[in-house]
Amino acid sequence: MTTGFDAERIRKDFPVLSRELPGGRPLVYLDSANSAQKPTRVVEAMREHMAMHYSNVGRAMHALGAESTEAYEAARDKIAAFVGAPSREEIVFTKNASEALNLVAYSFGNRTNDDPRFRMGPGDEIVISEMEHHSNIVPWQMLAQRTGATLRWFGVTDEGRLDLGNLEELVNERTKIVSIVHQSNVLGTVNPVERVLARVRQVGALMMLDASQSVPHQAVDVAALGVDFLAFTGHKVVGPSGVGVLWGRGELLDAMPPFLGGGEMIEAVWMDRSTYAPAPHKFEAGTPPIVEAVGLGAAVDYLSEIGLDAVARHERELTAYALEALAEVPGLKVVGPRDLDMRGGTVSFTLEGIHPHDVGQILDDDFGVAVRVGHHCARPLHLRFGIPATTRASFYLYTVPAEIDALVRGLHHVRKVFA
Amino acid sequence: MIAESMYQELILEHYKHPQGRGLRDPYDAEVHHVNPTCGDEITMRVKLGDGGKVEDVSYDGQGCSISQAAASVLYELTEGSTVDETLAVVEEFTRLMQSRGQIEGDEEVLGDAVAFAGVSKYPARVKCALLAWMAYKDAVMRSSK
Repeated sequence: MTTGFDAERIRKDFPVLSRELPGGRPLVYLDSANSAQKPTRVVEAMREHMAMHYSNVGRAMHALGAESTEAYEAARDKIAAFVGAPSREEIVFTKNASEALNLVAYSFGNRTNDDPRFRMGPGDEIVISEMEHHSNIVPWQMLAQRTGATLRWFGVTDEGRLDLGNLEELVNERTKIVSIVHQSNVLGTVNPVERVLARVRQVGALMMLDASQSVPHQAVDVAALGVDFLAFTGHKVVGPSGVGVLWGRGELLDAMPPFLGGGEMIEAVWMDRSTYAPAPHKFEAGTPPIVEAVGLGAAVDYLSEIGLDAVARHERELTAYALEALAEVPGLKVVGPRDLDMRGGTVSFTLEGIHPHDVGQILDDDFGVAVRVGHHCARPLHLRFGIPATTRASFYLYTVPAEIDALVRGLHHVRKVFA
Repeated sequence: MIAESMYQELILEHYKHPQGRGLRDPYDAEVHHVNPTCGDEITMRVKLGDGGKVEDVSYDGQGCSISQAAASVLYELTEGSTVDETLAVVEEFTRLMQSRGQIEGDEEVLGDAVAFAGVSKYPARVKCALLAWMAYKDAVMRSSK
């Protein structure tokens, strides 16, 4: 098959894809939902910054300080443009998506925040979903425990869609925040943000999206989405690990208390009190991930040049191809939507009678096929489907159909070993 | 074809036809062990008799072929043995699993359990092989109290 997208040319941008694994196995990397590989452009941008322009940012009053600050802040501009943020001040660099989610959760029920939208106590409700990654579950559980608020969640249908059957009841006048995933890291499901948001607005609550799995794979525009907060991580967008992004509406960020205290997040400090810098710096205590932010800037430049719409089309064709090919493996059951409607290029499945760890081990050792096995940090979702684990193949711009063929060949072999 | 040295015929045989599986009464101690990284779990009961004899080891659980086969092999090994004898095997099995493929294991001591030697080359899977054995050790300690 051909996707009309020159993935072979793109593969040349990613040095690791041409390496061999021990024993002369070729690398078949189908684990991009876990972490994406890096193009030379990103590696070079980071090397160049570290080698020639490095210094601390914001606080260094010399030539290198200026260059480093300029590069760091330029990365902020690039990311603001990449996600359609109305203002660059709405982009906060964090360590990862988890920190971004924790930062927002920390703003609620906090005694230093008297904004009524963030007030939280017994009787108030937080709404998440059963398909969340642990990073969009645990911070809200902790918030509920801290404040006495009630944690509630959307169910998931047998097909792997968000169950909106009780939307009106679930999201109600007691709801303060709804935080759901944009694209599921297990099911591949893309959630109907608009429908949920319409209800959130009716009841006057706030809405956050965990976009870790959508920002890498489709054009995401925060203004068009209309939500209040959005989190994603650098390492899944062909950028480095160690840097993540929180986008929040400016007036909300202004109303929120700082998360971590420390250097460069202040305006003035006395021994008994401090005043804080405006956002985003209020949320960036300590020396930030400077080189990582520069790398992330290069990553979004790279993706923008290729075009997220082209990436999404390519992945859609790969997903169609994979769903069809996997359907022919006896005993294989896809966990998640089996059609292409509102779905990304992440396909999780079970193989009857064979544990995913055994599947993954043989795929890796005998075929060089890297997949993820386990509960993918979404244990409640697996409990929902009554299974302990799944095998997950995930695709990206550099994935080619021959790699899906290798996966299918490997799965046939796995079945033979355990027959 | 590296992995197949891990998936020895004997291991696959135990996985497909587990011996002694299912929880039974009576028992002196019951333990539940989990491997949080992969979700494998096992519930194990131990019944001890006079003179340090192991009267029954029963178990139930879920997990990969390595963890399930290891429980089955352990069951066979404990049949008709004493606590002291089985703990010596547990010790040798643990030493083998932690060897990172550097030792072959003493077949005299280990019996069928020597088939797991290949697993020790895979640090991520060692815990799978040890799950049932650690549960057994724990259950025996609780039974003897």
